Amino acid sequence: MNIKQEEYIYAVARIRCKEGKLFGSKHIEQMISMSDIDSIKRFVSENGWSASTEDDMFSAEQKELWTLMSELVDDLSCFDFLRVDKDFHNLKASVKGVYAEQPPHSMFVYGGLIDPEIIYKAVRDKDYELLPEYLREAAALSHSSLLQTADGQLCDLILDKACLDTVYSMGNKSSDKVVREYCELFVASANIKIAVRGLKLSRSYDFILKSMAECERLNIRMLALSATKSQDDICTYLLSTDYKTAVPFIKESLSAFEKWCDNYLMEKMKEYKSDPFSLAPLVAYIFAKETEIKAVRLILTAKANRLDDSVIRERIREMYV
Amino acid sequence: MSGLFLAILGAALATFMAGIGSSIGVGKAGVAAAGVLAEEPSLFSKVLILMLLPATQGIYGLLVAFLTLQAVGVIGDPVGEITVAKGALYLAASLPIAFSGLISAIHQGKCSVAGINTVSKKPDQMGKALIIPAMVETYAILALLISILAINGIKVLAI
Repeated sequence: MNIKQEEYIYAVARIRCKEGKLFGSKHIEQMISMSDIDSIKRFVSENGWSASTEDDMFSAEQKELWTLMSELVDDLSCFDFLRVDKDFHNLKASVKGVYAEQPPHSMFVYGGLIDPEIIYKAVRDKDYELLPEYLREAAALSHSSLLQTADGQLCDLILDKACLDTVYSMGNKSSDKVVREYCELFVASANIKIAVRGLKLSRSYDFILKSMAECERLNIRMLALSATKSQDDICTYLLSTDYKTAVPFIKESLSAFEKWCDNYLMEKMKEYKSDPFSLAPLVAYIFAKETEIKAVRLILTAKANRLDDSVIRERIREMYV
Repeated sequence: MSGLFLAILGAALATFMAGIGSSIGVGKAGVAAAGVLAEEPSLFSKVLILMLLPATQGIYGLLVAFLTLQAVGVIGDPVGEITVAKGALYLAASLPIAFSGLISAIHQGKCSVAGINTVSKKPDQMGKALIIPAMVETYAILALLISILAINGIKVLAI
């Protein structure tokens, strides 16, 4: 047994204690049935969440999550694949904010690999050297394309594709099975989403194909081609792949399919979490905690906008516990 | 090579191989226990039991070594000269607990880690979490039994 595995034994044991404190489906159901936001805030606070204001609450939970992870592993770079998409989100917000001459700070999400302020500064000053290599080219390309064409969708396409390529290459470089699986699923589910949305928006084959990233278990050319024809063609193609379980959800609705993507990832994470000598339980915990944070955020937002409980239930993802 | 040397070699093998297995097993379980205690100090008594399970193989090895040393007269009453054949038989008799102790303790340690993880998440499942690593113990006990029966049998052989 090597040193890394020994380190995981300690880390996984601590994570198992933490897992028991995550919100389960019952907690989520309780929150949905609550009528006002204050009761929900009180409930989450009684169940271990800190901070009082909404924004503080989410950022405090994110901060606590990564503080815990930094205590458990010597080098947090093993989780880069889980955080890098936040950098691309912040880059997208910065590029569009600079273009629209509006500060993008309210759009930033925290927990990425690089401070959103640095990303904003790099885009605003066109000083892309401030950015890490994986962001640099995408930042320059998306910014110049937005300035030249004023096409926000093209900007999104460039950044989303770069994000998928980055995540997939991180998965390929990793020797951990769970990391490879996560990255494959992340990219594959994004490709399927692109196909479904591309069909709904009647996008061309080239546009859809350019938006997709290569992955192992999907032939993106065939998927893009089916997305130019009909939903049945997409479903027929997917039935011949590992993602056949997505088909009924695609037929149901786009939001049902998006929910399936997250639930499918969660199911796969659960398959790996039982090995106490690997990174997998830690990855599964991070994924579970972020799902929990998203769920609470969704419930609070929905309650603030007086949405019906059934709408919240439709969008809430499967919980880890 | 004297018979006494072979017998003592057997006693040494039983002690250090089973001891190595136990120290690895308890070490792994100890790391997991420390992880749990960092979050839930109240689970100390539960994780301690699981952590100590792989320690038994080392004790079995010690017991077999003690019986061997007693059988050849190193401790206790003198028994006269030990022939090479008899010494080799004592060496062979110690091998079951030496090897089984080494391997079963390492694997029991892994099961204990998994059990500690179970208890940390669901403390009420202590009984089940304890049974799983205890199953590995069966094979160490079988090896101990064979080693003891062999030593006692060899003692009365006229060779």
